[in-house]
Amino acid sequence: MRTLFFLLEKEFRQLLRRKSLLGMLIIAPAIQLIIMPLAADFSVKNVSIVVVDNDHSSYSQRLINKITAGGSFKLAGYVSSYKEALKMVEQDKADLALQIPVNFERNLARENSGKLFVAINAIEGTKANLGGSYLSGIVKDFDDEIRIEWTHDATVDAPQISVASSNWYNPFLNYNLYMVPAILVTLVTAMSAMQSAFNIVQEKENGTIEQINVTPIKKHIFIIGKLIPFLVLGIILFSLGLVLGRIIYHVVPVGSLIVLYGSLVVYLFAMLGLGLLISTYSATQQQAMSLSFFFINIFNMMSGVFSSVDSMPAWAQAIVQTFPPSHFIKIMRTVVLKGSGFSDISNHLIAITIIGLVLNTWAILNYRKTA
Amino acid sequence: MEKVIQTEKLTKRFGDFVACNELSFDVDKGEIFGFLGANGAGKTTAMRMLCGLLKPTSGKASVAGFDVFTQTEKIKMNIGYMSQKFSLYDDLTVSENIRFYAGIYGMKTKNIRTKTQELLNELGLQNEAKTLVSALPLGWKQKLAFSVSIVHAPDIVFLDEPTGGVDPVTRRQFWDLIYHAADKGVTVFVTTHYMDEAEYCNRVSIMVDGVIAALDSPVNLKKQFNADNMEDVFYQLARKAKRSDN
Ligand SMILES: Nc1ncnc2c1ncn2[C@@H]1O[C@H](COP(=O)(O)OP(=O)(O)OP(=O)(O)O)[C@@H](O)[C@H]1O
Ligand SMILES: [Mg+2]
Repeated sequence: MRTLFFLLEKEFRQLLRRKSLLGMLIIAPAIQLIIMPLAADFSVKNVSIVVVDNDHSSYSQRLINKITAGGSFKLAGYVSSYKEALKMVEQDKADLALQIPVNFERNLARENSGKLFVAINAIEGTKANLGGSYLSGIVKDFDDEIRIEWTHDATVDAPQISVASSNWYNPFLNYNLYMVPAILVTLVTAMSAMQSAFNIVQEKENGTIEQINVTPIKKHIFIIGKLIPFLVLGIILFSLGLVLGRIIYHVVPVGSLIVLYGSLVVYLFAMLGLGLLISTYSATQQQAMSLSFFFINIFNMMSGVFSSVDSMPAWAQAIVQTFPPSHFIKIMRTVVLKGSGFSDISNHLIAITIIGLVLNTWAILNYRKTA
Repeated sequence: MEKVIQTEKLTKRFGDFVACNELSFDVDKGEIFGFLGANGAGKTTAMRMLCGLLKPTSGKASVAGFDVFTQTEKIKMNIGYMSQKFSLYDDLTVSENIRFYAGIYGMKTKNIRTKTQELLNELGLQNEAKTLVSALPLGWKQKLAFSVSIVHAPDIVFLDEPTGGVDPVTRRQFWDLIYHAADKGVTVFVTTHYMDEAEYCNRVSIMVDGVIAALDSPVNLKKQFNADNMEDVFYQLARKAKRSDN
């Protein structure tokens, strides 16, 4: 334990002495956090919609008014057939096509169900997809409205309009609310995996590791001494990110901070394990840099920061399951947006723990004191 | 005489390459043992095996009474090592380096403070206690590294080319430190490329291409090879070497 104390003292001294590194570790993420959500803003504005109203009823009119009233959608026009509507989508004159079928009102009244068809322009995919989900939200609202009207009518069952709604936990589609937690994860990821790897490899390059190896320090103590400072740094960085997200984007986590920080520690355990593993395979900082960039790029591209993991092919999803950030991003989003507790995210936490155990065990076995 | 290092046919292979071939020698307690050889002769490799940093391929060896195959952790408690590559932390100050190494060898906090003061006085570094090691001249770094490597009062200290790249006066001062340590009973196992330093040793072994070609006191070696100085002895042996790093 005393050994660990002296190791930690040394690590923190070295860390605090490297002002430029510290500055970079804090300022670079801050800038990214400020810029990235702005650049990656896909919030729903001016989604153009073409409508095929085959019903021409008062309800269909009401629905259309409701859709165009909000400002998110602008009416690209009315056409008489679904085919024409699709053509407009194809020609990029509209992002979405909405078809209200004949007898929409009657079915709503008689069978308590209505069907709507929505076609989405896949070229402007993100915008239209978000528009699509937002549209679903409006339809659901509409549904609720008439339900309330009808239930005044005592005996009648409330009707159901079927359009899958997916963004219920972010009803205003505030994209920042969605992006900030994920970007925060990518920042913590880069810092923890890369810096811990660099730090250990630096001792190899300088030759000081030889000196450490000839002392009676136990290798797990040495490793713990290396990882704790980065754990602390990761927590500081994360906190800073939360504060910035709150100040700039008004992102206030719905869920508890205990859940957030508990998950963060588990996550850092896994990512520092990765850094350690990288360091055991690198003789120079350059090698460590290439290896960590490789992983961090893949993580950023595939873990669902910008694109949805659910829309990947099954094999890719299986691979992404082994990426700790994909789990932590899900955790962050659900905890920040929905306020999930430990029981809701336990699957992800268990996954990260398992990955972390594998990475750390592998790293320790590979980190040979007697090289 | 008590033997603190004993080796018998100690061998290290890297693949097909035999870096150290059946080394057999003993080192007495309190001795200054010079370990000479041309570049690539296998000195560092032998030293790393004795320090428990490298597993030997075959043979036997004990250091401070402990086996190099099975008791490397015990060996580490009883030796100091100054590697060929520089071994202090550049971004820590002089006293922080001393404190760190004293600390990880389990020295009590109170003792660390007195020991630090003692070392600084001995090295004449009182005014440099708060200087970053990176700002010290090489000669001072080497002296500091040596003092740090014996901060925990080990039985044996291994020095791998401790005086490379500094002027003769500074080297002479370094050897004063070595003598001082030897006087206190520390066994010194040292490699060097400087033949004047070889003269300072009690006994000298000369390695050629992974084998020990000669081992005796400098006086006897000079007699044996009919040479005026160690330089000549070394030259007669080392020019037969086929292996060289440069
Ligand atoms: N890990 C290794 N793998 C393969 N070969 C090695 C390894 N370590 C050392 N060698 C080789 O073993 C030989 C002896 O190396 P060693 O470092 O022991 O020489 P040395 O006597 O210390 O030389 P120098 O005076 O240059 O320090 C060299 O040819 C070296 O290339
Ligand atoms: Mg060497």
